[in-house]
Amino acid sequence: MKPAPFDYVAPADIDGVLEALAGPDAKIIAGGQSLVPMLNLRLARPALLVDITRVPRLAHLRREAGALRIGATTTHRELAESPMIAAHWPLLQFAAQHIGHDAIRNVGTIGGSVAHADPAAELPAALLALEASMTIVSKSGSRSVAARDFFRGYLQTALGPNELLTEIVVPPTRPYARSAFAEVTRRHGDFALAGVAVQLDPSPAARVVLFGAGDVPLRATAAEALLVSSGLTALDQAADAAVADVHPGDDLHATGEYRRNLLRDLTLHCLQQVATRIEEERC
Amino acid sequence: MRVRIEVNGTWHERDVEPRRLLCDFLRHDLGLTGTHVGCEHGVCGACTVQVDDRPARSCLMLAVQADGRSIRTVESLSDPDDVEMHPLQEAFHTHHALQCGFCTPGFLMTAESMLGRVEDMTDEELRASLGGNICRCTGYQSIVAAVRAAATACSSRAVANRSRA
Repeated sequence: MKPAPFDYVAPADIDGVLEALAGPDAKIIAGGQSLVPMLNLRLARPALLVDITRVPRLAHLRREAGALRIGATTTHRELAESPMIAAHWPLLQFAAQHIGHDAIRNVGTIGGSVAHADPAAELPAALLALEASMTIVSKSGSRSVAARDFFRGYLQTALGPNELLTEIVVPPTRPYARSAFAEVTRRHGDFALAGVAVQLDPSPAARVVLFGAGDVPLRATAAEALLVSSGLTALDQAADAAVADVHPGDDLHATGEYRRNLLRDLTLHCLQQVATRIEEERC
Repeated sequence: MRVRIEVNGTWHERDVEPRRLLCDFLRHDLGLTGTHVGCEHGVCGACTVQVDDRPARSCLMLAVQADGRSIRTVESLSDPDDVEMHPLQEAFHTHHALQCGFCTPGFLMTAESMLGRVEDMTDEELRASLGGNICRCTGYQSIVAAVRAAATACSSRAVANRSRA
């Protein structure tokens, strides 16, 4: 239950990080709230840990030309407590509030959550619903990958071994956009058995994302199309459509069928929440 | 690796292996055995300390990551001569909020960080905030009661201090 030996560096800038990542079997650590358990259980045995929390240029949280730019080492607590995020990207705030406990949120980072890519994690689902993109740098330059292309499989992402996720960019939300977020956990703070993130724009555009539903967070495109064509009049049908092609697996914590039922009911719950809020504002 | 870490107001400099967990640094390198180590993978909360005044799991942080930072452990709660207990410790005693005591340091360091907010919390919110700490003995009722009592004691003490000043 103690980590196997490794070397450790904490570079002060991005170039130093990329230099360190060039070596074999190097692994990035930020908050370590997913990595250190894996080190302790010896599920991960990297040769070198590259601590990126001493790089000032990865710690920003600012609005630029309407878009939100989140440095990779921004903590869940900073997301949950930011008045700017609460005002313009409430879905991100809801998601951050659902992660673990104070002790986890104080240390864990958005970059860590995104790079770890647990299929039941909250932030990847919210970022997919908000059509965010990930900025990735390596020695050969910088590239931007949309959330829908970033999450590749169970704990698998578009990140290469020598690349660093530096920033998450969230596009501006439309005025009168509405968000809802819901999940079911056995105990408060656990990873979700299943969860749903919903972002509705008046354009009209709808994004419904299911998590804990498969190897990656999933866009429920059939439900989205139904919401765009018939508005908020057919919520039950939209919830049915959301899970029509979703077949979560069984595991120790829940059967696939139970998860599927949860996903349907959580979708309906989120859509009802959004509909009620719009109705209230009309009065 | 050489690290310099402030623990309970005193700076300590030690050579540590990079794989040294903060909880083991506190217990083995500094001899501060008040911090208990339970699950060692961030589930039980027994090892909770405060890092820069915010609760964190000391089994999920490497000592090298704590370099230059300020740590508070359960040993910081009572007065330096260990004569007078912290109101939270008194309340845990009065309300029987511990039996075996293994989880207690983690509960105390979690609860201490939220004392100022407790009076505005519903029971549900209070329980959710303590939800990262697991206790196998008490059934939690007495822990919730103790944290409530301590928050009340702290705020009335603060009022008394203000009127004295």
